[in-house]
Amino acid sequence: MAATCEPNQNPWLSHSVRIAGITREIPGVLTLDLEFEDSARAATWAFRPGQFTMLYVPGVGESAISISGDAADTGRIRQTIRDAGNVTHSLTGLPIGATIGLRGPFGSSWPVDECRGRDVILVAGGIGLAPLRPVIYHMLHHRQQYQELTLIVGARDPALLLYPGEFEHWRTQGLNIIPTVDHADESWRGGVGVVTTVLERLWLRSPAETMLMTCGPEVMMWYTMQTALGRGIPAGSLFLSMERNMNCAIALCGHCQFGPYFLCREGPVFRFEQLRSILRIDDL
Amino acid sequence: MTESAAVPGIVAPAMNSGDSSDFIGNRRPESFLLRDDLQLLMRRLQEDGYTIVGPKVDQDAIVYGELTGVSDLPQGWTDQQQPGKYRLVPRDDQRMFGYVPGPHSWKQFLFPPSAIVATAQRVGSSWQMSTQDEPAPRYAFLGVRSCELSAIAIQDKVFLGGAFVDPHYEQRRDAVLLIAVNCTQAAPVCFCTSMKTGPRCQSGFDLALTEIDTGFLVEIGSERGRLLVEALPLRPAVSEEIRAGERGRADAERQVTKQMNTEGLHDLLLEQLKSPHWETVAERCLSCTNCTMVCPTCFCSSVTEVSDLSGDRVQRERQWDSCFNVDFSRVNGIPSRDSISSRYRQWLTHKLATWQDQFGTSGCVGCGRCITWCPPGIDLTEEVRTLRQLAESPQLTAAIGETASSSLPPNTAPQNTTEGRG
Amino acid sequence: MTHAPTRKPRLAVFKFASCDGCQLSLLDCEDELLTVAGLVEIAMFPEASSRMQPGPWDIALVEGSITTPHDAERIRQVRRDCTTVVTIGACATAGGIQSLRNWGQHEEFLRCVYARPEYISSLSTSTAIAEHIPVDYELRGCPVNRQQLLEVILALVAGRKPRLPAHSVCLDCKRKGTVCIEVSRGVPCLGPITQAGCGAICPSFDRGCYGCFGPALQANCGSLTNHFLDTGSAPKTLLPLLRNYNAAAPAFREQSDRLEQLAQAVSGKVDSAVE
Repeated sequence: MAATCEPNQNPWLSHSVRIAGITREIPGVLTLDLEFEDSARAATWAFRPGQFTMLYVPGVGESAISISGDAADTGRIRQTIRDAGNVTHSLTGLPIGATIGLRGPFGSSWPVDECRGRDVILVAGGIGLAPLRPVIYHMLHHRQQYQELTLIVGARDPALLLYPGEFEHWRTQGLNIIPTVDHADESWRGGVGVVTTVLERLWLRSPAETMLMTCGPEVMMWYTMQTALGRGIPAGSLFLSMERNMNCAIALCGHCQFGPYFLCREGPVFRFEQLRSILRIDDL
Repeated sequence: MTESAAVPGIVAPAMNSGDSSDFIGNRRPESFLLRDDLQLLMRRLQEDGYTIVGPKVDQDAIVYGELTGVSDLPQGWTDQQQPGKYRLVPRDDQRMFGYVPGPHSWKQFLFPPSAIVATAQRVGSSWQMSTQDEPAPRYAFLGVRSCELSAIAIQDKVFLGGAFVDPHYEQRRDAVLLIAVNCTQAAPVCFCTSMKTGPRCQSGFDLALTEIDTGFLVEIGSERGRLLVEALPLRPAVSEEIRAGERGRADAERQVTKQMNTEGLHDLLLEQLKSPHWETVAERCLSCTNCTMVCPTCFCSSVTEVSDLSGDRVQRERQWDSCFNVDFSRVNGIPSRDSISSRYRQWLTHKLATWQDQFGTSGCVGCGRCITWCPPGIDLTEEVRTLRQLAESPQLTAAIGETASSSLPPNTAPQNTTEGRG
Repeated sequence: MTHAPTRKPRLAVFKFASCDGCQLSLLDCEDELLTVAGLVEIAMFPEASSRMQPGPWDIALVEGSITTPHDAERIRQVRRDCTTVVTIGACATAGGIQSLRNWGQHEEFLRCVYARPEYISSLSTSTAIAEHIPVDYELRGCPVNRQQLLEVILALVAGRKPRLPAHSVCLDCKRKGTVCIEVSRGVPCLGPITQAGCGAICPSFDRGCYGCFGPALQANCGSLTNHFLDTGSAPKTLLPLLRNYNAAAPAFREQSDRLEQLAQAVSGKVDSAVE
């Protein structure tokens, strides 16, 4: 698990990034487009789908935020943020042109290489689609390397589906998208129910050749894993992205421990087998 | 000094002291430093530009602090320790190192309780971010015990052994000189023999002393140690002195009576994550953080913002923190570990089990500080013993489980909530 | 980083049953006072200025506890008039030292103290502000810590949540290098169950913490009480430790009630804790 923050540099150093664009996604959630002020840092920037950065508002603090943009677009860093805590509240209130700090990228990544030649199912709950979007971009850029690509995306109601404006484009590029909501309105054309119900009924070409990645609330991910196992997808082909309090992102502060793991180092993306025995232990 | 063959002990500066594995069973002969000449060693350190830190009597305890000379040492003092209790008491001799480690540990010098790791300065509409790169103090630690050498080695793995190196620890660690002192007594809370960390200093020091009534047997652990004592009036130890040193070290070993069975401990603890015993411990545990603060290996910290009134100049301050704090695990307002039982479980299983997964070593050196400095005197060796008994007797577990609250609520149905990540 | 507000937030200070010490902490911010005055409009602060401007206000600093029917009504009006309500000090957050009346005989006190008790309209209890209205932030302490007070004001001006640690005093003692006097000298110290914020002052002056910042989050007060009892402290001597500035804080109250029962069992006679 190589660290991808710049080597030989003080890992506490934040780099200045300027907010170049703001996309309001759903209530309380927006995406920031960030550009490095230092062109030298911009030139070396690269990340792998699933990784995160520490975004920093001086005087308020840092927060671990998934990268939700396209790894091929090296010009700007896109990060989707939900207004949930002190730092994210501040981040979601900044104007275009404001400067914040960034450290990273940090952490493990989705197995996009391991997925080559296979069917891939992505299961996202709510804002859990954000860290999976770089996987979608990657696989659609390299569409011929993958077999069936399916995205099951759930939300409480249609207005809370993330990135709906991109769905049509993704579909034309070869992504099968199945949205489902808990509560539908009259205009809703998609499914109603939880993501596991969709997964339960999904046609699988070859379960043994299928890989699944999921991100969302822990309980949703757990049942997604159970359903996937029930459908015959091997445990070793299941991946999930976890969230815990991250304070340093460099495995020095102890906050993000989950069983034997530092979420900032071995995670946030895990193979299900790594977490199987501890995921349902309360308050771990 | 006739120690010319001594150099294999020198390794990379970050681990500046001897990896003396080749002379564990084949130790180099000890030299002898007269009691009155310890001041020459201290003066030499000061001349070399070191700030000497070591034991001194303060606040009714033997603590670690800056020393100006021999007179600062706790000569004629010792301590009595038991779970939840420490007393400073006079000795009936004039030993300078006749005590067992107290409330402080060396981590406060290598990993200070508070340090500025970064700053941000508003410049126009932008922010200038930088890191704090002050020169680190150059410490000589005097009086490091064997378990404490192990603790330093463990923190080396935490702060220096991963993909990201902590520059603050690294600078201090690179500069430090370690003068160890072998224990010649032990407290009822000590269990270094179980953790294979003592009582005799084996490696990781520049010099190791053994105090006897007339002075100190001196063992050299590194080239730096050799250079340090070159100018001192050392002479080869005579057999009587060597025997006195051996007797003192044997006394310490004999006095270590507390034991912790570490066999299969990693798996045992991780199989007991749902044990009702955690609730039983939580009835006593104050979740006050004392054990983690006095632990020489605990490394948890938090970085917080410290700004001036204008908000234009911000310092990012790293402070010691603890897994016993509710806020430590909070994400978006909700703590992952919202009960004392879950936090005690996190601490104990990390210290004795998952630490091995993370760093290839136990996080416990058997120093007993967490036992002495826990106000209600919770003894982790007793808790491990109970957990082991429970693991071996499911009936016993069931009996406790009936009185303790159940650890797992019924699973809730999955929902497509928008909660989660951002 | 936050945009300059179009107008300064308006701050008001309200006093209920209290000694004024906490609001004086604001005036104590000598070096910072001008900066604070530049960040907020101090619209009502009777202790400092006779110039009082009517509400509504953005930030209310509320000192003191509720001890009269009139105050119980007044605090509801404060809530209606203010966007953010911050209670400051042990009186406001727990009922204060005057909450000792909660264990006493209210009518009897009135008769003993006042020549014409019929003119006095007071409640038989002293209660925390949060028992009457929703409170946004609490600043503990008797008195509050000046730095925490500044932090709250600066945070509210900047539109962020204030950083108010909920951990125990022990952590701050350890960060300072203060040796635990409970363990090293057997001094009963409330540090393990008391919320930090004071800077761990008392133990560094050889005094046990007397809990003026009230119970820490999820404090295990029962275990500490047991420990004091097990190590030889008498219930009667421990009682005043918990029946103090934060006597009515539920976590402390529960244990002091228990100690009182034990003390009564020990002495075999009724001991009023207030005496």
